[in-house]
Amino acid sequence: MQAEKPGDHDHAGHSHDAGHHHGGEHHHAGDPSREQLLAAALESLLVQKGLLSSDTIDRIVEMYENDIGPIIGARVVARAWSDPAYKQRLLSDSASALAELDIHMDNLVVVENTPTVHNMVVCTLCSCYPWAVLGLPPTWYKDSAYRSRAVIEPRAVLREFGVELDDAVGIKVWDSSAEQRYLVLPERPAGTEGMSEEELAALVSRDAMIGVATVAPPVRAR
Amino acid sequence: MNGVHDMGGMHGFGPVHRDEHEPLFHAPWEGRVRAMMNALVAQGVFNLDEQRRTVESLPPAQYLVLTYFERWLAAFRMILEEKGVASSAAIEAALQQALREPGTQSRREDPALAAAILHKIKHPKRSSQLGPAPRFRPGDRVVARNQHVRGHTRLPRYVRGKHGVVDRVHGIYDLPDTKAHGRGNHPQPVYSVCFAACELWGDAASPRDSLYIDLWESYLDPA
Repeated sequence: MQAEKPGDHDHAGHSHDAGHHHGGEHHHAGDPSREQLLAAALESLLVQKGLLSSDTIDRIVEMYENDIGPIIGARVVARAWSDPAYKQRLLSDSASALAELDIHMDNLVVVENTPTVHNMVVCTLCSCYPWAVLGLPPTWYKDSAYRSRAVIEPRAVLREFGVELDDAVGIKVWDSSAEQRYLVLPERPAGTEGMSEEELAALVSRDAMIGVATVAPPVRAR
Repeated sequence: MNGVHDMGGMHGFGPVHRDEHEPLFHAPWEGRVRAMMNALVAQGVFNLDEQRRTVESLPPAQYLVLTYFERWLAAFRMILEEKGVASSAAIEAALQQALREPGTQSRREDPALAAAILHKIKHPKRSSQLGPAPRFRPGDRVVARNQHVRGHTRLPRYVRGKHGVVDRVHGIYDLPDTKAHGRGNHPQPVYSVCFAACELWGDAASPRDSLYIDLWESYLDPA
């Protein structure tokens, strides 16, 4: 392996498709990578053994690509903003509140941002993430920089994400180290009175539900 | 294991790099490896704790230099060998075949199997429901044990020896420390424990900030 600063790696290490490869032997652009070949070899073995079938793998990948994503979490947030009783159920018994929206997940803890509390989620040991409601995590969530820093300097990390918190606001960092998964319920922005749940959901970003962003007021209200 | 994966509080990794336009997978093999591991966990061929333990067992320098899915791929190969699903020789032979004739892997469809596995993935079962009564209650003061387990554990270094307060009881879950090594499930209560940021990081931290982490009962002592 070549000398490479860890900070560089996290950025450069994902540019395989650009022909750069840092982890194994070099290969020509266009040739299948060593990883691609090994993955194909393992898939062939598992399919031959009958443990998996090709369409099983196809369908799971399709689920990642098409069925799950932050819009699911955004709908939950929009419902909670629109219906105070729903919000209370979501905060106290998320499984039944999620089931009302046909989301089947019994290990989600929803944590609410308020004028004095900002919540932020990390997994320092691996990359645990509530994928059933947010889809698969972005690369930065899985990278060393976020995992190492979110717990020790959350305010500095939030500043990099463009979130400047007042000193009076307390930060709660949630390190998801067990089977519980965490979703941040962001504060509802001003200027959204009278908006439908669908309109509200469109305002809620993935990052706001991880707790590294706030929800901006709609453009028309600015 | 005091491994490099336990990186909470480490310095030197630089800023958080974001790519607003990144694809879900940077190459198709990433999605297929993730799907295969997901499916084999759902099928009980190996469990998530074993999967994490295998990723953590990568040599530290390699762990840091590999991308996330490269780690998964390396761990996948190791765990298939460990579980006897495929021998090292069989994997090497399949790899050589793929090298000679890339893109010729055989396909086999099994819609019933696909549907069954998809259902398990979408309706995951909790690891345990039953176990000993919780020793601690919300509000109890606890201290995270200063224990340096050589195997897999979910007690990170940055909370060991630190004092916190039980915030809530999550229920009963299998203990990763044993389950990751085939030494039984040993279900026990899991707690959300709140630590003041200043307790963890000293006076430079904001007195208003706190850290919540989920800890198994055997990671904790009364304080």
